[in-house]
Amino acid sequence: MSKSSPEASWRPSCDQTALRARALTLKRIRRFFDERGVLEVETPLLGQSAGTDPHLYPFVSQYRRPGQTVGVDYYLQTSPEFAMKRLLASGSGSIYQICKAFRNEESGRHHNPEFTLLEWYRIGFGLDQLMDEIEALFVVLFDGKRDLGSSKRVPYRKLFEQWVGVDPIHADWSEFAECARRCDLSEATAICGEDRMIWLDLLFSHIVQPQLELGRVYFVYDYPACLPSLARKKPGGEAVVERVEIFLDGLELGNGFHELADPVEQDMRFDGDLVVRRQLGLPLPPKDQRLLGALAKGLPDCSGMAIGLDRLLMLMTGCSHIEQVLAFPVSRS
Amino acid sequence: MADFSTSDFKNGLKVMLDGDPAVMIENEFVKPGKGQAFNRVKLRNLKTGRVIERTFKQNETLEPADVADMDMQYLYNDGVEWHFMQPESFEQYTADINVVGDAKKWLKEQDVCIITLYNGSPLSVTPPNSVVLKIVETDPGVRGDTSGGGGKPATLETGAVVRVPLFVQTDELIKVDTRTGEYISRVKE
Repeated sequence: MSKSSPEASWRPSCDQTALRARALTLKRIRRFFDERGVLEVETPLLGQSAGTDPHLYPFVSQYRRPGQTVGVDYYLQTSPEFAMKRLLASGSGSIYQICKAFRNEESGRHHNPEFTLLEWYRIGFGLDQLMDEIEALFVVLFDGKRDLGSSKRVPYRKLFEQWVGVDPIHADWSEFAECARRCDLSEATAICGEDRMIWLDLLFSHIVQPQLELGRVYFVYDYPACLPSLARKKPGGEAVVERVEIFLDGLELGNGFHELADPVEQDMRFDGDLVVRRQLGLPLPPKDQRLLGALAKGLPDCSGMAIGLDRLLMLMTGCSHIEQVLAFPVSRS
Repeated sequence: MADFSTSDFKNGLKVMLDGDPAVMIENEFVKPGKGQAFNRVKLRNLKTGRVIERTFKQNETLEPADVADMDMQYLYNDGVEWHFMQPESFEQYTADINVVGDAKKWLKEQDVCIITLYNGSPLSVTPPNSVVLKIVETDPGVRGDTSGGGGKPATLETGAVVRVPLFVQTDELIKVDTRTGEYISRVKE
């Protein structure tokens, strides 16, 4: 698909059906949130700070004031999360945004380095209410496109134990390695070493995801505490965080949290990311002090979700490659 | 030649895998939204033909395989080995049954086929997509049948057996698709 003759390369890589499906989806999303009193917002794509997530590589550009010769590094956002949380802390109420996000070094059948996100935050919602809302949204968006079976809500640990055969939270490396061997993934030991995070990512994406029933939306929740990102720790001492991921046809569609609101904990997670970055020899971006400032002022209790719209369109229209739903993917941009 | 990193991975890449030359036939970028990126790759072992699935971490590398395809003329079989010649340099190569494999039933002297060389020695033989061969034995067909429906087996000069229409007779030349082993047409001498 990426290889095309020069004379044809000016053309879009998607067809007219995909263009219309996208337009209709955007319209339906706006109507859905409008009816629920959720405010549409815009935040900068180009920002002074990038996230600290060690697995995200931002695009960097230079900003120069008029006449300035030496620029300052600015980043294209990898997600609008921090800016939207600053709005929430400022009293915006529940908000949503449809925007572009950029992630360098991500390209493939399910990845384009520039992609469209639907991200929203609901004040007062826990994960259950958030999942209810996603179900309702999907009913609207898939209407006339595809019939989906009733969705399933499964704790991460249960799903992992069912298909991998070990406890993701307490198993040690040798047990993971044994599972990998059984599943013809012997190379996993060299890849993952003693890093539980990588073990879980590899075993979940290679073994669990392909087992998820086609045509059914899965909400996988209560992630192990070693995969916290920006989710709250679940009260009650269990080693899990209040995070939910959406899967359809085995594909990861979205990621949501009962949002971490504690500025001290947030600061510690930034530091944790930076430690990992230092070990990996990655750049050390400054911590976003504006986000920490907003959390210090007080983030209302809320849950938030981000959904990759391009993938959602793929699944709605039965496309197997992301280029089939993009007018101009990176190779034709 | 420098090693290939995961960012160089693409279909058709020839690499060393577990000590054998292999060709990449599928490369899928896998990345959990908040996690580590992997390349899930399918490779075909060029010696055995077996397809292997393997996952690589980003920036892992594979050594390139010294594998090259070359057009060569098939000369003759001496009873044990098959002899080929590179038409420009007249350099000759020999290959045994392990290398020639199924291709042997399509090899006709003077035909040009593709020899895959690994470290300078033949690794596999790919016959032309279509070859013209003489029928040495087939049942006499029914007169007047020109439709080709049904058909009958015919043994060719190389020993290959293909299904041909009823009207095709012994000593006639036919064109065969070597990839499917199917009859294409009759050929006038």
